[in-house]
Amino acid sequence: MGATQTHSEYQYENMVGKTGFSTEQIKNLHMRFQQLSGNEKTLRREHLKNIPALANNPIKTEIIEAFFDKRNQLDNELGSYEEIGFEEFLMVMSHFRPLSIKTSAEEKTAMRKQKVRFLFNMHDTDGDGKITLEEYRKAVEELLSESGTIGQEVARAIADAAMLEVASTNVPNMGPDDFYEGITFEHFEEILKDLEMESRMHVRFLDMNTANLRCGQ
Amino acid sequence: MFSRMAPRGRSGLGRSLAELGLLLLAILVLLDGTVLSLVAAISSESDTHEAKPVTHKNTSKKSFPVLGIKYDDVSVPFEIALWVLLASLMKLGFHLIPRLSNVVPESCLLISVGLLVGGILKLARDEVPPVLSDRIFFLCLLPPIILDAGYFLPIRPFVENIGTILMFAVVGTLWNAFFVGGLIYAVCQIAQDQYSDIDLSTIGILPCLLFGSIISAVDPVAVLAVFEEIHINELLHILVFGESLLNDAVTVVLYHLFEEFMDSGSVSAVDAILGLVSFLVVALGGVLVGAFYGILAAFTSRFTSHTRVIEPLFVFLYSYMAYLSAEVFHLSGIMSLIACGAVMRPYVEANISHKSHTTIKYFLKMWSSVSETLIFIFLGVATVEGEHHWDWIFLTSTVILCLVARIIGVVGLTFIINKFRIVKLTTKDQFIIAYGGLRGAIAFSLGFILHSEHKRIFLTAIITIIFFTVFVQGMTIKPLVELLAVKKKNEAKRSINEEIHTRFLDHLLTGIEDICGHYGHHHWKNKLNRFNKKYVKKILIAGDRSKEPHLIAFYHKLEMKNAIQMVESGGGSKLNSSFPSTVSMQNIQPKIQSPPSARPSERVLPQLTKGREEEIRQILRTNLQKTRQRLQSYNRHTLVVDPDEEGFDDLFLKKRRRMELDWKVCKTSSHKSSNAIYSQAYVKPGAENVPTIQIDLASPQSPDSVRLLDEVVQDQGLTMSLPSSSRGAYKTSGKDDGRDQQTLLRCLSDPGPDPDDDDDEDYDDDEPVPT
Repeated sequence: MGATQTHSEYQYENMVGKTGFSTEQIKNLHMRFQQLSGNEKTLRREHLKNIPALANNPIKTEIIEAFFDKRNQLDNELGSYEEIGFEEFLMVMSHFRPLSIKTSAEEKTAMRKQKVRFLFNMHDTDGDGKITLEEYRKAVEELLSESGTIGQEVARAIADAAMLEVASTNVPNMGPDDFYEGITFEHFEEILKDLEMESRMHVRFLDMNTANLRCGQ
Repeated sequence: MFSRMAPRGRSGLGRSLAELGLLLLAILVLLDGTVLSLVAAISSESDTHEAKPVTHKNTSKKSFPVLGIKYDDVSVPFEIALWVLLASLMKLGFHLIPRLSNVVPESCLLISVGLLVGGILKLARDEVPPVLSDRIFFLCLLPPIILDAGYFLPIRPFVENIGTILMFAVVGTLWNAFFVGGLIYAVCQIAQDQYSDIDLSTIGILPCLLFGSIISAVDPVAVLAVFEEIHINELLHILVFGESLLNDAVTVVLYHLFEEFMDSGSVSAVDAILGLVSFLVVALGGVLVGAFYGILAAFTSRFTSHTRVIEPLFVFLYSYMAYLSAEVFHLSGIMSLIACGAVMRPYVEANISHKSHTTIKYFLKMWSSVSETLIFIFLGVATVEGEHHWDWIFLTSTVILCLVARIIGVVGLTFIINKFRIVKLTTKDQFIIAYGGLRGAIAFSLGFILHSEHKRIFLTAIITIIFFTVFVQGMTIKPLVELLAVKKKNEAKRSINEEIHTRFLDHLLTGIEDICGHYGHHHWKNKLNRFNKKYVKKILIAGDRSKEPHLIAFYHKLEMKNAIQMVESGGGSKLNSSFPSTVSMQNIQPKIQSPPSARPSERVLPQLTKGREEEIRQILRTNLQKTRQRLQSYNRHTLVVDPDEEGFDDLFLKKRRRMELDWKVCKTSSHKSSNAIYSQAYVKPGAENVPTIQIDLASPQSPDSVRLLDEVVQDQGLTMSLPSSSRGAYKTSGKDDGRDQQTLLRCLSDPGPDPDDDDDEDYDDDEPVPT
């Protein structure tokens, strides 16, 4: 047990540097990872789908996909994994780290970019670097799906209106025959700039081990 | 004044004449008051003379009095009306003088006017009416302001910062009270003022603490009055304002506590503990009472669909009852009122008509504005009226101690709070929070009802503090805000994109928390939302509106606003003037290679040519005129469809309108839902994908609207082949028609270019759990 302990501790050190979590937090997340994966080394989509609390979430599929998306790891590959290890899991989680009081202004901008990038990747499902109208429509439909029968039409209309707004603010002078391909990353950043993502998009990672406080998943 | 205005030329001269006229009017009103009171004195004498001839008819017969004066009967309402009139005229006057209102905050001017009026009255009658008695203040003047604040409280920032606000309100106020009270006692003991005729050392510790507790509370009225004009960012505003609201509970408890102690003469540990318990009872009890009445109001509003005219009355009555009930039990009336307003708002707004919503909004604003004005004027009058004892040492030390206490309190608390906050409070923020701690009329009223032997000196000190904070701090806070470059309020409206992504983010964070496995804020917030949606909304909201998700409601509002803008700008293809771009729907719709036999491509309307525009405008105009003429008599007890709403109907009319109407008239007899106002016409999504809004006509309930219905069916006039809206109109099916109809019914007739409009857009039915 001792040898594996030091081995994992060594790995933890690496990850602290890469992801910015503290050792305590990494330990807790590792425990959670093992709980989710049933003590296997890798996590698959089914493991995440089985979390009961996630069942009510309208964008469940997108969230699960985000974990397996290669673009959310630091290397800029496209595509998705079939199963992920703890490092990839941690990498995705690091997108939700809260700001600390010591972050400088550049770090803040970098973090915000990273978080917005994560959101962008969630919407841009085909990986072409743009959010097309179809993708946007799908996202809005999913959001509204938990309200039942309100229906496709309204979702489409809302998505259309939103898309129009993005186009209008970013490319104000389009001729009548130009076609707005889709929301690029820069445009996406532009429309979200008022929302202050760096302070809103975070989850509290406790230093205390809460996995033991709940039985089961 | 004239020399300043003259260079502006004619219009300036005209305006200055108007202002002069207004001032003269105001002075007339003032003189009226004094003259009439004199007349009252005279007429009361003549009345007694009048009585005699009536009883002794056989004696001397007076000639019939053609014109007589009988002032006593109407004196009280007359004087009240006169005061309110004076206040309103003063308010008008200030805004006519442009430079003054920029430099001096309104509250200062009003107090000055109060001083002036008080002085005049004192000279005229040698006594000033005790206008700021505590009963008038607490029962009549304060509730409208608090209700206005509570009803339009931006829930999301409030709850997100609730921890910080509570810390400032509770701990901060306690600190202030004890610090000021204790040190003032010390000052009194060591002070030896040979000019004063009161021996300060006779003031015991308990009266000092009582005084401290009165003076330490930040006043919501003053904060509102001053902060309204400086437009700082939402966070600071909600922090100071929230603190001023919540510290009422602390003030109430401390006040009663110290009063009790003063009467009983001794303090024991048990009493202290009871005080603590009492604080919890007062605060929580107030909130519970308010929430109870709020739920009652929401429940009542569910059934008001047939009596729309009295809907606003329920809101006001229930809130006032909440306030009074809390006051009966010595609970915190302010917290009760806030809780009532905040709880009932999301449900009531879903139930009531749009007109009632507008009514509520404007009535609340009107009452609170008048109340605020009156309070400040009365403060001025009461200053003149009260018996003062001017003691330099006491007064200066009070002022200094208050300032010092506030600064230390804010800095110390922020240090602790910042450890728990994500968005830390900077030094600038702290300064504004400390500087924004204004005292106001509540402190004065509490001082007024003191029974202490040192009442006069306390009252003078309280007035001095109020004057100091309102005048000095109130006047300098605006330049300081500019100087320190504090972040101002973000005036931009929320866009649909921001709304979508906020929702998205909420769900995302909840999901991540679930994957992480710990019950974080988002988890509980989500649970609360689902509980709300599943049970509470079903009970409290009428009909189908309970199922409408927030995003759609938001979108509806946005569309309605756009539609109104479009009508006001006379039709045309460019809807949203904030997007002066040439982008239209066709630019974003992908060009589909659809076979020509199938539906026309998804390209929505091309830009309208000038000729077309004119045609459309003409059609709109004629139809608007036509429907106006057809409207039948106005019935006070039903809300008949407004002719203006017909304009929308025309605006968004489509080819399939007649078909819908056929459906509708058939379906009216078979009500799908218990709420008869909806008739659910099912319209199949047809061949075209041209987005349009289909708004059905008014409720089939009112007989007048049925008549209109028939007439519109026969109306052949409209032959628009193009839907006139090019942006964001959409086709709905099924249940949506019912809702559209509802939204049309609730269509407002006068949006007004009012920045306050955005107030209601801000609220969320989500209840975010605080950080």
